[in-house]
Amino acid sequence: MELTKHKKDIKGFTFILSLKIIFFFIVLILFLLLGKIVFEGIGIVNLEFIFEAPKNNMTEGGIWPAIFGTLAVTIIMVLIAVPIGVFSAIYINEYAKDTFLTRIIRTAVNNLAGVPSIVFGLFGFGFFILFIGKGIDSVLETGLFLGQPCLLWASATLAVLVLPIVIVSTLEALNSVPKSNRDASLGLGATKWQTIKNAVLPQASPGILTGTILAISRGAGETAPILFLGAAFFLPNLPVVDLCIGDYCIPMINPADQFMYLAYHIFILTTQSSNPTLTQPIQYGATLVLITITFLLNITAIIFRYRFRKTLGKI
Amino acid sequence: MKKTKIKTKDLSLFYGEKKALSNISMEIFEKEVTAFIGPSGCGKSTFLRIINRMNDLIDNVTITGKILVDGINIYDKNLDVVNLRKRIGMVFQKSNLFPKTIYENIVYGPKINGIKNKNELSEIVETTLKQAAIWNEVKDRLNESALSLSGGQQQRLCIARALAVKPEIVLMDEPASALDPLSTAKIEELIHQLKKEYTIVIVTHNMQQAARVSDKTAFFYLGELIELGNTTTIFTNPIVKQTEDYITGRFG
Repeated sequence: MELTKHKKDIKGFTFILSLKIIFFFIVLILFLLLGKIVFEGIGIVNLEFIFEAPKNNMTEGGIWPAIFGTLAVTIIMVLIAVPIGVFSAIYINEYAKDTFLTRIIRTAVNNLAGVPSIVFGLFGFGFFILFIGKGIDSVLETGLFLGQPCLLWASATLAVLVLPIVIVSTLEALNSVPKSNRDASLGLGATKWQTIKNAVLPQASPGILTGTILAISRGAGETAPILFLGAAFFLPNLPVVDLCIGDYCIPMINPADQFMYLAYHIFILTTQSSNPTLTQPIQYGATLVLITITFLLNITAIIFRYRFRKTLGKI
Repeated sequence: MKKTKIKTKDLSLFYGEKKALSNISMEIFEKEVTAFIGPSGCGKSTFLRIINRMNDLIDNVTITGKILVDGINIYDKNLDVVNLRKRIGMVFQKSNLFPKTIYENIVYGPKINGIKNKNELSEIVETTLKQAAIWNEVKDRLNESALSLSGGQQQRLCIARALAVKPEIVLMDEPASALDPLSTAKIEELIHQLKKEYTIVIVTHNMQQAARVSDKTAFFYLGELIELGNTTTIFTNPIVKQTEDYITGRFG
């Protein structure tokens, strides 16, 4: 038998080579992008930069109000989006029968993820602020309280925006739990809810968690919708209110207040600056902070998922 | 004379329009091993899953006729399926342990039944693992993932898990079909031990296995019960020609 190579596989060779080149370019672009931001931004980022407010028409000082606003909005967003998303997914996957209607709902959820974010902004303005907010104001006769752009409605709108991410990743996580495990649980005399709670959800939780954190990093980076919803150019105070029970007061996020937002702040620094030479370093610093926050969130997701899988014995 | 544990009368099952089981009438006796044999698709697994109503989970299934466990119609509208499944345990073809520790797998059923006391749970773990003849192999690693065990050990752990809810009947759907001969022998030995306390119904493709482990054998073909009798009679002197053809391998 002849085993020596006669012809080189030229087609295969060029194909693999082109794949390598494409791959190299993608990595290169990523590195150039990140490299530029890190290189330009690292010099300005320090504790003062992070924990101080902008000063002197934003040409000096830090970005703390914008970081705080971003964190406040995303926390409230998660509190709204995750329970609704996870329970909807449990309902769709475990309880709803496979009918025409549920199939439409599944498709709708997937399509919701493709709606441009500015549309969500308009929806949030129309639905949450003008309809619900104004409605609450007129019922409670509070004057202008929730019927205006504020943190709560920004969070609610972002929650609607990230809902498909949470639902889809939860659906996938639930689907990946083998039917045989459900059978085992039911066969041991567990009810359907006991089966979901004890056998399905523990196995699905890494996936659900990943979805949650993806949702957070998406929400934290989103700019367009919050333009309508209370993101402010500049605020001297943090959106905080003292919640007092008797004499004890704790500062709480004030959901009816306006806020600064990191992504929006970067946009402002870039386009509305009174002195671009002075604001440019701040701009890079703010971008670096935003990227770092989302990066850290993603790392947390990965660590959590790894730990969960480890306890589940899959590694 | 042994007591009748399960009794069916004219039991038929339809998937939509298709008849998968027709007019099965049989009796299964207490503390005996009854084996169901027959070619693939003959309805033996379907019949097994009727006994603890696992077919409820499939849409579009209709069942006619009667099936009584201890004289109670288990398809009665007022019957609590969850309680029924606690009394009738099931071991599946492929090990379906939860990705949890060995300990947690065993206590899953008891915990669902409301047992919270740690000592009581540990005791259940020890006794059931001993019953399933796997205690010596796993006693030092109860807190390791159950999925780290070998295939044969996993299947015996599944049996132990089923025993932990203290069922009266244990249904086994080809429990050894994915195992090597050594593990299979251990499972068979285990079945032999278990029949002192439990009524066992086992579906198997392996005829030697049916001959080795069972007291009674039922032969199914095309959704019908062809013959049911003492295992020795079925394997040495079957009444129906089809049974003989199947057992001797002359079946198409």
